[in-house]
Amino acid sequence: MSAPTDSLGEAGRRRILEALEQVHDPEIPALSIVDLGILRGIETAPDGTTVVRITPTYTGCPATRLIELEVRAALDRAGFPDVRVETVLSPPWTTDWITERGRQRLREAGIAPPERGGDRASLFGPEPEVACPRCGSADTERVSEFGSTACKALYRCRSCREPFEYFKCL
Amino acid sequence: MTATNGQLFEYLLRLGDDALILGQRLCELLGRAPEIEEEMALANIALDCIGQARLFLSYAGEVEGAGRDEDALAFRRDVLDFRNLLLVELPNGDFAHTIGRLFLVSSFKEQLYSGLCGSRDARLAAIAEKALKEVRYHVRHSGEWVIRLGDGTEESHRRMQQAIDLLWPYTGELYTPDALDRAMAEAGIAPDLERIGPTWLERVEAVLREATLERPQDGWMQAGGKDGRMHTEYLGHILCEMQFLQRAYPDAVAW
Repeated sequence: MSAPTDSLGEAGRRRILEALEQVHDPEIPALSIVDLGILRGIETAPDGTTVVRITPTYTGCPATRLIELEVRAALDRAGFPDVRVETVLSPPWTTDWITERGRQRLREAGIAPPERGGDRASLFGPEPEVACPRCGSADTERVSEFGSTACKALYRCRSCREPFEYFKCL
Repeated sequence: MTATNGQLFEYLLRLGDDALILGQRLCELLGRAPEIEEEMALANIALDCIGQARLFLSYAGEVEGAGRDEDALAFRRDVLDFRNLLLVELPNGDFAHTIGRLFLVSSFKEQLYSGLCGSRDARLAAIAEKALKEVRYHVRHSGEWVIRLGDGTEESHRRMQQAIDLLWPYTGELYTPDALDRAMAEAGIAPDLERIGPTWLERVEAVLREATLERPQDGWMQAGGKDGRMHTEYLGHILCEMQFLQRAYPDAVAW
C-alpha cells in the first residue's frame, strides 16, 4: 500500500483503516478487504474527497461492485461522506498480499490458505502441498481446480475424510 | 509509428469480443456439463472471460469516444460489427470439442497476453497482466483434459482426435497477422503474431504428443472473424440469446 503523501494524517488514516477492517469480502466473510490485500491506497484528493483504491481479485469477481458500495457505507459511518473508490489493475493482485492474520482467519473458517509465491507460472507443474485446515494433515487430494468461487479450489483430506476449500494461488 | 484511435479501438474489440463470445459459449454448459465439478470449472472460466471482456470493452468504448460503454458494445452491436476469432464462435459440440477449443484458444491467449504485458499502452498492459494470471489456469485445466481424453480409452481418444481435427482449420486465424495486427505490433502496442505463433504451436504440439494425439496437417485455414469480413452462421444465434434482454428492454435498470 502506498505511503501517506497527503493531508490525511496518521489519525485520519487509522480511522479509515479501522472502518475498512469492517468491510468483508461477501464471498469469504472471514476476511476483511484489508486482510485480503485488495486495499491498495488511501489518500485525500485536493478537493477533500477521500480516495480509496481497490484492486479486484479476479477480473470477473462479482463481489467487486458490492465491496465498493460497502466501502462507501463504512466510511460514511466513520465520518467520511465524500469518498471515491477507484479500481486499480496494476500491479495485479496476488494471494501473497493476504496478511498473516488473513491466512489465520482462512484456516479458522475451514479454508486452506494459498501457498506462498503465487506468481510461479507452472503449467502442468507439481501440485502445491495443501494441508487440511481441519486436522493439519498433508495427505490431501485435489477434487477440482475450480470451487464455489473463482478464487477457490476444492480439496479432500485423506486423513480426516473431510472436504475443504483451498484458496488457490494467483 | 503510432497507431490511430480507430485502430486501437478495433484491436480492443478483437480482444474483448474473443473473451465475450468464448465466455458466452461456456455459459451454455451450465446445467449440462458432464459432472458437477466440471460445471463449476467451466462456469468459473466463463466468469473470468466475461470479466476480461468487460475490461477490454470498457476501454474500447473510452477510446472510441462515442459514448458507448461496455454494455452498449456487448449488447447493441450486430454480427458484422463483432471482431472475434471464428474459433470462439463455433458450437461447443461434444465435451472433447468444448475442451479442445478452450485449450487452443487459452494457450494462444496465454502467449498473446504475455506479449501484451510489455505493451506501450499502459492500460492494455495492466489488463493483460491481470488476465494472464487467470488464463494460465484455463490452459492448465483444459490441457489436462486434452491429455486425459487423448491418452484415455479408445473412444475418448477417437473423440479428442476428431475434435482437434475439426478445430484445426480455425487456428490459422489466431497467428496469421493482418494489416491491423501489424500496425499494432509496429506501434509497440501488441506483440508480433509471427513471433508468438511458433511458440504457441510448440506448446500445443507438446500437449498433443503427451495426449498421444496426431497434430493435424496445416491445410486451408478459415479466416474472416477478427477483421469482420465473414463470421460463421453461428454468431448470429449466439447474439440472439446473449442480446435478447437488452434489445427487448433497452436500458432496463430494474428487474
